Amino acid sequence: MESRKVYMDHGATTPLREEVLEAMMPFLREKFGNPSSIHAQGREARQAVDAAREVVAAALGAEPGEIFFTSGGTESNNIALRGTAALKPKSHFITSSIEHHAVLDVCKDLEEQGHRVTFLPVDSNALVDPRVLEEAMTPDTAMVSVMMANNEVGTIQPIGEMAALAREKGVLFHTDAVQAIGQIPVNVKELQVDFLSLSAHKFNGPKGIGALYVRKGVPLTPLYRGGGQERKLRPGTENVAGIVGLARALELAVQELPEKMSRLKHLRDTLIKGLLKIEDVILNGHPEQRLPGNVNVSFKYIEGESLLLSLDLQGVAASSGSACTSGSLDPSHVLMAMGLDHETAHGSLRLTLGRGNDEADVDYVLKILPPIVERLRNMSALYKKR
Amino acid sequence: MQEIYLDNSATTRPYDEVIELMARVMRTGYGNPSSNHAKGMEAEKIVREAREALARALGCRVEEIMFTSGGTESNNQAIKGAAYRHRRRGNHIITSAIEHPSVLNCCRRLEEEGFKVTYVPVDSEGYILVEELARALSAQTILVSLAHVNNEIGTIQPLDQIGPMIKKNNPQTLFHVDGAQALAKVPVELDRWQADLYSCSAHKIHGPKGVGALWIKANTMLQPLLEGGGQEGGLRSGTENVPGIAGFGLAVRRSVKLMQANNDLMYGLKERLLQGLQKAGVTVSVNGPPPRRSAPHLLNLCFPGIKADILLRALEQEGIYASAGSACHSRHPQPSHVLQATGLDEDMIAASLRFSFSGLNSVAEIDTVVKQIVKSVTELRQILP
Repeated sequence: MESRKVYMDHGATTPLREEVLEAMMPFLREKFGNPSSIHAQGREARQAVDAAREVVAAALGAEPGEIFFTSGGTESNNIALRGTAALKPKSHFITSSIEHHAVLDVCKDLEEQGHRVTFLPVDSNALVDPRVLEEAMTPDTAMVSVMMANNEVGTIQPIGEMAALAREKGVLFHTDAVQAIGQIPVNVKELQVDFLSLSAHKFNGPKGIGALYVRKGVPLTPLYRGGGQERKLRPGTENVAGIVGLARALELAVQELPEKMSRLKHLRDTLIKGLLKIEDVILNGHPEQRLPGNVNVSFKYIEGESLLLSLDLQGVAASSGSACTSGSLDPSHVLMAMGLDHETAHGSLRLTLGRGNDEADVDYVLKILPPIVERLRNMSALYKKR
Repeated sequence: MQEIYLDNSATTRPYDEVIELMARVMRTGYGNPSSNHAKGMEAEKIVREAREALARALGCRVEEIMFTSGGTESNNQAIKGAAYRHRRRGNHIITSAIEHPSVLNCCRRLEEEGFKVTYVPVDSEGYILVEELARALSAQTILVSLAHVNNEIGTIQPLDQIGPMIKKNNPQTLFHVDGAQALAKVPVELDRWQADLYSCSAHKIHGPKGVGALWIKANTMLQPLLEGGGQEGGLRSGTENVPGIAGFGLAVRRSVKLMQANNDLMYGLKERLLQGLQKAGVTVSVNGPPPRRSAPHLLNLCFPGIKADILLRALEQEGIYASAGSACHSRHPQPSHVLQATGLDEDMIAASLRFSFSGLNSVAEIDTVVKQIVKSVTELRQILP
């Protein structure tokens, strides 16, 4: 069989676009100044950072003053949550049980610091019920944090509806949009959220750079102390090339979004349809309200990890669970929250599509996967006993 | 116009090889190191090699290196991480009056949170008053944080004297060294200093912006500031900045290899600049230790009667970039807290400029700079009363 390299792990990270690298290069090479320096080298760097901020703001429907650059999605989430918690001692936080660890683990830490946290349940499609959120809010609720789209199963939450409920009660609303940006439209003015986190390397931008949207007038305590960069919310010499790269990647992602969405949806649905033809396979996540690039299925009687290994040997990069936790043996907390049993959760495979994928990739995966599944099942005691 | 960049304390030009490597990693090594497939393992290997390069440069173990987003994060993680984690053992922190804002403002924040902080004064050359530091040490002291090299005047602190003194008072007191201005310029001797934590930053050594490291001596406990995916041994979550880390690794390898040659060059440039000005009859004095005793890349000069910002602008017109105070606060000019701490009066501070060199500067550049300063100072002295 022809061997092929297929990258279907865009949920973990995406390849950098050549246009983005081109935009970054001058700021690595000759325009290397420190934006805080007052001389021409510094001013040139400062202008690039300011211009990037405007591009990012325009892409999200925000004001430039509402955009803060960070080192990535994890830091953005940490600043939003901890920066609010520091201002509201011993208050109540609400999040969902399927958040990324960069929200979930911060919330657990907030509990240890004396805050109260409610972890909202999800239904079998990984949806949070806005009515449950409404009931969970109490007079001392400081903040709600619900992700826009789930990194493992791709379910898209009704963020606008939930943010409106929070706003009615005067509760701040944060959404982790790390997986959503570049896959679905995201506009902070339409969503009416107070905070939104994003990470460049999930939409063909560079690693090590992200942003936090903070609605004008909403106070936050900085996580780091230092110089006056990012209006003191995020001190440290700016990663100028990274910031320029983030802005370029976002600009391109937004421009190409309608075309990309329909193309990915088509590939996704072809892939799902083909996978569901294999016996004892279930689709994880919402059938419609899901990211255009997300496919997550469970193969009964086999381990997702062995599936990954076999796929990797045949040139296919995929994941089981999210990249950050795939080193651990615990079943995915997302799949468990959706009510899957351990065994089904362990048999999950995530294929996340992106810019570079085409029909031939999908055909290849659909061709090589059934024999792998069959071989692994024939080795499985569970399969024989069924 | 030829540009002469003498602001290498603010940031440095990345080495061409570093840029090439980063571009290559961005094009092909785009995997997530946590991913369990070939692309992920390739990225993980890139990070591991950079970690080995850092470990070699610092003379420490590979697993003791944690990558961060830069010097500010490293300092914050070291200081806040130590303070929060060891708060039950005591609430006292010692630092100096001339630290970088990322250290000073961290300490000020901790004061607001109930910690006690001693800011040890310095002498006229910026050396920490060691006896004052000794007096400040108590059973409550959980952390001492000092910069190895000051970013404005280049004073190199006698860490081999200070570290053992801290540990003699209490072996449990953690000793954090901010090495952002020192790495690849002054030898790193973590064992001799009896240090526990060492911060550094890539863009100060011809690496990229947005990446740094914190050395954490084995068995030293810190509270993480970022929670999430559990990268960097659980202490620093977030997908690794693989190209940045790769660039850092190469930058540290190259700059450490070139350290002796670069230092010889830079000490020569410093002397040439100072002597050139003196020979031309320009009234000038050095802030900080004598040039041969301060860090190789820093020369802070005072031109009495001249306004530093006016001289800076005049030099900039000629393509010469230097700075007054450090970059981090030069957008909101306030008198330098470092020069204030050395006892310099306001007028002298307002007349002080920082020239900072790198191995990429040349003798010819310095000769041009001397000529321009002489010209500008003469003109300004004629205009000003």
